[in-house]
Amino acid sequence: MSTPPAWSHYLPRLGLYAGVAAVLLLVNVGLPRLLNAYLLQILVFAACNIILASSLNLVNGVAGQFSIGHAGFMAIGAYMSAWVSVAYGKTWLAPYADQPCGPLVVSAYLMGLMLLGGVAAAVGGLVVGLPSLRLRGDYLAIATLGFGEIIKVVLLNVEAVGGATGLKGVPQYSTLFLVFGAAVVTVAALRNIGNSIHGRALLAIREDETAAEALGIDSAHYKTSAFVIGAFFAGVAGCLYAHYTQFIHPRSFDFMKSIELVLIVVLGGGKLRNVAIAAAAVTFLPEGLRQVKDLLHLQTDPRMVIYAAILIAVMLLRRERVLQAVLPRRKEGASRG
Amino acid sequence: MAESALLELASCTVRFGGLTAVDDLTLDVAPQELVSLIGPNGAGKTTVFNAIMGVYPLASGGIRLAGRDIAGLAPHRVAKLGVGRTFQNIRLFKGITVLDNLRAAMHQDGDYDLLRAAARSRTWAATESRLEARAMELLAVFGLEARAGELAGGLPYGEQRRLEIVRALATGPRLLLLDEPAAGMNPAETQHLMGLIRSLIERYSLTILLIEHDMKLVMGVSDRVVVLNYGREIAAGTPQEIARDPAVIEAYLGEPVH
Amino acid sequence: MLQQLVNAISLGAVYALIALGYTMVYGVLRLINFAHGEVFMVGAFVGLAALSVFHLPFAAAVLVAMLGAALLGMVIERGAYRPLRNAPRLAALITAIGVSLLLQNIGMLTVGAAPNPYPPAIEPTPIPWLKEHARLVVTEQQLVILAATAAILIGLSLIVSRTKIGKAMRAVSEDRQAAQLMGINTDRVISFTFCLGSAIAGAGGVFYGVYYGTADPLMGFMPGIKAFVAAVLGGIGSIPGAMLGALLMGLVETGVSSVTIPLSSTETLSGSTLRDAVAFTVLILVLLVRPAGLLGRPTREKV
Repeated sequence: MSTPPAWSHYLPRLGLYAGVAAVLLLVNVGLPRLLNAYLLQILVFAACNIILASSLNLVNGVAGQFSIGHAGFMAIGAYMSAWVSVAYGKTWLAPYADQPCGPLVVSAYLMGLMLLGGVAAAVGGLVVGLPSLRLRGDYLAIATLGFGEIIKVVLLNVEAVGGATGLKGVPQYSTLFLVFGAAVVTVAALRNIGNSIHGRALLAIREDETAAEALGIDSAHYKTSAFVIGAFFAGVAGCLYAHYTQFIHPRSFDFMKSIELVLIVVLGGGKLRNVAIAAAAVTFLPEGLRQVKDLLHLQTDPRMVIYAAILIAVMLLRRERVLQAVLPRRKEGASRG
Repeated sequence: MAESALLELASCTVRFGGLTAVDDLTLDVAPQELVSLIGPNGAGKTTVFNAIMGVYPLASGGIRLAGRDIAGLAPHRVAKLGVGRTFQNIRLFKGITVLDNLRAAMHQDGDYDLLRAAARSRTWAATESRLEARAMELLAVFGLEARAGELAGGLPYGEQRRLEIVRALATGPRLLLLDEPAAGMNPAETQHLMGLIRSLIERYSLTILLIEHDMKLVMGVSDRVVVLNYGREIAAGTPQEIARDPAVIEAYLGEPVH
Repeated sequence: MLQQLVNAISLGAVYALIALGYTMVYGVLRLINFAHGEVFMVGAFVGLAALSVFHLPFAAAVLVAMLGAALLGMVIERGAYRPLRNAPRLAALITAIGVSLLLQNIGMLTVGAAPNPYPPAIEPTPIPWLKEHARLVVTEQQLVILAATAAILIGLSLIVSRTKIGKAMRAVSEDRQAAQLMGINTDRVISFTFCLGSAIAGAGGVFYGVYYGTADPLMGFMPGIKAFVAAVLGGIGSIPGAMLGALLMGLVETGVSSVTIPLSSTETLSGSTLRDAVAFTVLILVLLVRPAGLLGRPTREKV
């Protein structure tokens, strides 16, 4: 059997890539003319949530490692990249501000930062992934919660990144092209990883870790890798988020954010496509609820009440369908309760 | 014998707290031999499997696979060196498809990295089609090819038992540890399984260590039988020898035979 | 130093009251009742209403708060956890988090997010004799709270060790299915356990409010988490373990709060701002080094 030449494998895809890029460019140019800043911001948040939730899906849904500290990785990516931009980036890029090649330089710079933020978060993922080797189920969940809170407390105390007042003056380098492009690339890459040796090893670990080990699957390696990959994409999302809102605060990445992401993954039922849809829906929902708040003249935002109610309702009503996909089945002998 | 043995257990002892589950067990298994471990419930048979796989540490003694010391290695390392196993209580990956159960087991054959997987590179495509072909081939041998796309947890019981054997084979083992493969099967299924196990040895040049309570199966397929009681070997020999051994009869019936 | 110890014990006492509920519920259900901190919060508000709206005496307010919390605990168990009794454990955990968020936010909608002043009930004046002779600031309020905590802990121990329902609780903790086969009404026992644990947390809420002089809808989150850490530290499922763990948590936190780390000539890092991070670090270390906790029993998965 002769191997077909490389181009026959890649050529059909080039068309797709070009098409996606063209659509993204159109969006990048067109949407700001059609929508106001508020709506654009919601769209950007939705794209960030898609990246965050699909990366959390790799950890929670595919690998079955229940993590409720994912916002901590987003925080690392956001703070790392925002700090670089505030401290150095703005000065570096100042000379290009009025040149025609300016937007390209800024985009290239931001892509570098996305990588940097992602890698920094991935290091955090490694730190959290290691305990996951010894912890299971609810204990792991609590440990990841603890990790997220530690990140928050540390950031609140580091004056170099603004401490409790938050980090102001982050330049708005995120463009719709980059944000949506990152979302598309993330979802595609994670889907492909899911459909590979790597993804199937994670699924096997989720289903039965002992059996997976008996088949030669190094569960320690794969579980850690799931945390590292998940954290990387969360860091990328953090970088894009920081460079769009221009202001970040440790409380933007607290336990509530992590729970929001868990809610999305649970709603999505572990299927990547549904997770992406749920991510968009959960981003739009509270914005709609904000109107309710104004209508009823409420003092505080009712959206968290509604979030919580949805979370409980989903667990109680749809648990068979949702949980089959997201949560590992209880194993005989492992628990009596 | 020791020179050519594929698996050598030398004075293996496994303890759980004060309980000695396996007591000073020595056993050699030659290539392409089928040795059965029998004994009453709680005799330590499954513990022997877990000790070989590295699930439980040895308190003393040594384990060698093809001359290589494997005691103390993690289960996934032992598996990579060519040991496959099935479980007493079926442990399939119930929530994924039959095909994916096998492909998960074949992950050692993957020769692409994460980036190539994410980008669906040419190596990825080639490897994936090779794995799928091999998995389908294995399923066909066991008459499960029609089930490839179904969730493993949805198969009938007998097929789940068979699938677990196929999954262990998919790792390409030299030594296969079968833990009560006939449990819960009806006589016809057991009969079929017996033929299957013998044919595996030929087809894949396998060596098999078998735990089984069904004496008909054990006597029918084994080259040698080792009897354990309270973690100790109380008898070993050909099936005919074992059937006549007074110590074995005592262990099973609980009283001395005069 | 002695002063720190007094403060540590006072803090530890409140943690113990919350930690017991975690540990008992975990014992019978293997569930981390995430909403437990919110039961504590609701207890504090019921007590607040009893004290400042109905002007009840302190002891009566504590009783009312315990009743209210017990009722809430029972409702949560019936409504949210019982339907999930046979679902994966993580399903129940997610639901528990949902209940926790729901209670917090209902609190925010009804009483607002701002801290509400809490009547001291007993004036926090230092006892003169101790202040003069040992330079210790110990208030009558602290002593009453400690005495009440001790009474509750002793009462709980008696219930668990001497009564029929206590025996049933221990049986269910040991093996729920076996207990059921022995004719124990496990649903009733679980309900009772929730009531008991919630009542104790409710009392803790009132003590906390009286001690710190304030209550708000989010007040349950951090003490709840820390009490959980205490329960894990002591060995979750173990009642003496929860008490020991809570005391240790009180000591560690008080110790860390009193430390000031110099960062540079002008900047210092006060331990009190890092207090919350310390609790989590302790948690993660305990989980890694000795997941069964100080007084817990390790478990092994059967292969």
